[in-house]
Amino acid sequence: MEQRLSPGVTPASRWHAGRVLSLLAIALGLLAAFALLSGPYPLTPRDYLDAFGGQAPPRVESVIWQIRLPRIVAALMVGGALAAAGAAYQMLFRNPLVSPDILGVSAGAGLGAVTGIYLSLPVAAIQGMAFAGGIAAVTAVVLIAKSVERGDPTLVLVLSGVVLGALAGAATSLLKVLADPYDQLPAITFWLLGSLAAITPEDVLPVLPGVFLGLMPLFLLRWRVNLLTLGDEEALALGVNAPRLRLVIIVAATLVTAAVVAIAGVVGWVGLVVPHIARMLVGPSFGIVLPVSVLLGAGYLLLVDTLARTLTGAEIPLGILTAVIGAPFFIWLLARGRRGWS
Amino acid sequence: MTLAARDLAIGYGRHVVGEGIDFSLGGGDIVCLLGPNGCGKTTLFKTLLGLIPALSGEVVLDGAPITRLGRAAIARRIAYVPQSHVPPFPYPVLEVVLMGCAPRLGLLGQPGQKERDEAVAALERLGLGHLAEQDYSRLSGGQRQMVLIARALAQQADLMVMDEPGASLDFGNQARLLQEVAHLARDAARRGIGVVMSTHNPDHAWSLDAKVVLMHDGGVIAAGAPTEVLTAERLTRIYGVPVAVETTGSGRRVCITSAAFG
Repeated sequence: MEQRLSPGVTPASRWHAGRVLSLLAIALGLLAAFALLSGPYPLTPRDYLDAFGGQAPPRVESVIWQIRLPRIVAALMVGGALAAAGAAYQMLFRNPLVSPDILGVSAGAGLGAVTGIYLSLPVAAIQGMAFAGGIAAVTAVVLIAKSVERGDPTLVLVLSGVVLGALAGAATSLLKVLADPYDQLPAITFWLLGSLAAITPEDVLPVLPGVFLGLMPLFLLRWRVNLLTLGDEEALALGVNAPRLRLVIIVAATLVTAAVVAIAGVVGWVGLVVPHIARMLVGPSFGIVLPVSVLLGAGYLLLVDTLARTLTGAEIPLGILTAVIGAPFFIWLLARGRRGWS
Repeated sequence: MTLAARDLAIGYGRHVVGEGIDFSLGGGDIVCLLGPNGCGKTTLFKTLLGLIPALSGEVVLDGAPITRLGRAAIARRIAYVPQSHVPPFPYPVLEVVLMGCAPRLGLLGQPGQKERDEAVAALERLGLGHLAEQDYSRLSGGQRQMVLIARALAQQADLMVMDEPGASLDFGNQARLLQEVAHLARDAARRGIGVVMSTHNPDHAWSLDAKVVLMHDGGVIAAGAPTEVLTAERLTRIYGVPVAVETTGSGRRVCITSAAFG
């Protein structure tokens, strides 16, 4: 087997990483062009030129600005954000099998959104409750883990996340039992499977700053994050304040995840599978895994969402498609050998 | 650069692992820490590195109590060489060595060409230059241990704390390791590094002509030159098996257990 190049270390490997990044950026551009032109209402490049010039017919204008573009932007953002959070958590927990849900952010956001639907709140309020629920769940997990002073801190965090996730799941199930089966229950089910079908420009704009604020520290601390994979003691002996760095990364990844889950619902698999592919392409160093994951995740979710809205007349929930594509791919990864982690 | 333990008591919470520990280490010194399993060597190392607080007494680094120094300030002076381990992700060797630069880089810093050159130099000093691009997780235990020493060199600290560096090494690699440790401390062309290492093999202390700190039952029972500290009586008592100290034909001292196995 060919020896993997070490990204960022030698000129050859930096060139390799740069080539992977440019190829991914080009692929993402082509995919976006394909997504812009596909859909039940056919649009041509000419329509886009007209719309940007403000000369398109009102119907075309409205499809572009109110439906197609917001949805494509949302897919790119949700996919990139989930992949970035997953990549960060896999470093943090020193485990390649970790997804952004590990500390209960999705379970908490799910409970928040389901509560909002159950109370028949408006869409914006449901999104707000989902965001708050995700943040609250992770805050509770971190506080529980902090109050337990014994044991390996990351293990305690993971176990607290499992416990709180189960509790939020139970509360969500209770609300499903109590919900109106004709009106609320389908909405709840659809939300819990994830979808971008009802995205409007008003949904996308408030989420952008949250995603940006969360990605910023991940990007700025990208080299130091590698040292967390050595374990706390070694990281401390190398001068890194591991507990504080871990907290900053958790806050950043949670912000990013909660922000996108609030508008997209629970979209599984992206945060688990995409960082794996990134490490297969460029090796494990977070400085290069992070941007590669963002590009791959954005492209993957854009592809899946474009399939979701074009394959059949009815919308297929995203969570179903990402699982149907992600699960066999993951099995293939396992069977192929454990490249990308040891 | 000196590291000193002053009337140190070590342990966790109320559980005292050892007390009355006094010793000091400067550039060019080699201190071998010997003692049976569970005598508190690892706890002492964690205390010396400031990872856990001393129960009483203090650890003093260049005149300043270690509790007053920040993590990066400590890491710029003392490098820690853990027992070789396999990380969860397959970093290239040079990347592992580059992590030694962390205490010199700011919070948002990235290693640049200068740090890369220093990391390569650290690998080459230990004769490991050819490993730079290899996958650290696929190296042998002995090579991984040497890479961790290269990482400590890249840290550019004046003192090194090594936790049983010989533990996972074969016979030949142990000899090579001791040679490197002696070089680090006594290389006439460079400023000597002070090394404190724990070991389970008393012969290491003799071959390094190191200062020996012998620990047993929660305290230092003897400290000084190997010939004074490592007597057959003491070793027999603390390890609980009959030990003889003999002199080989070439004049070297060795320890042998004289237990009969039938």
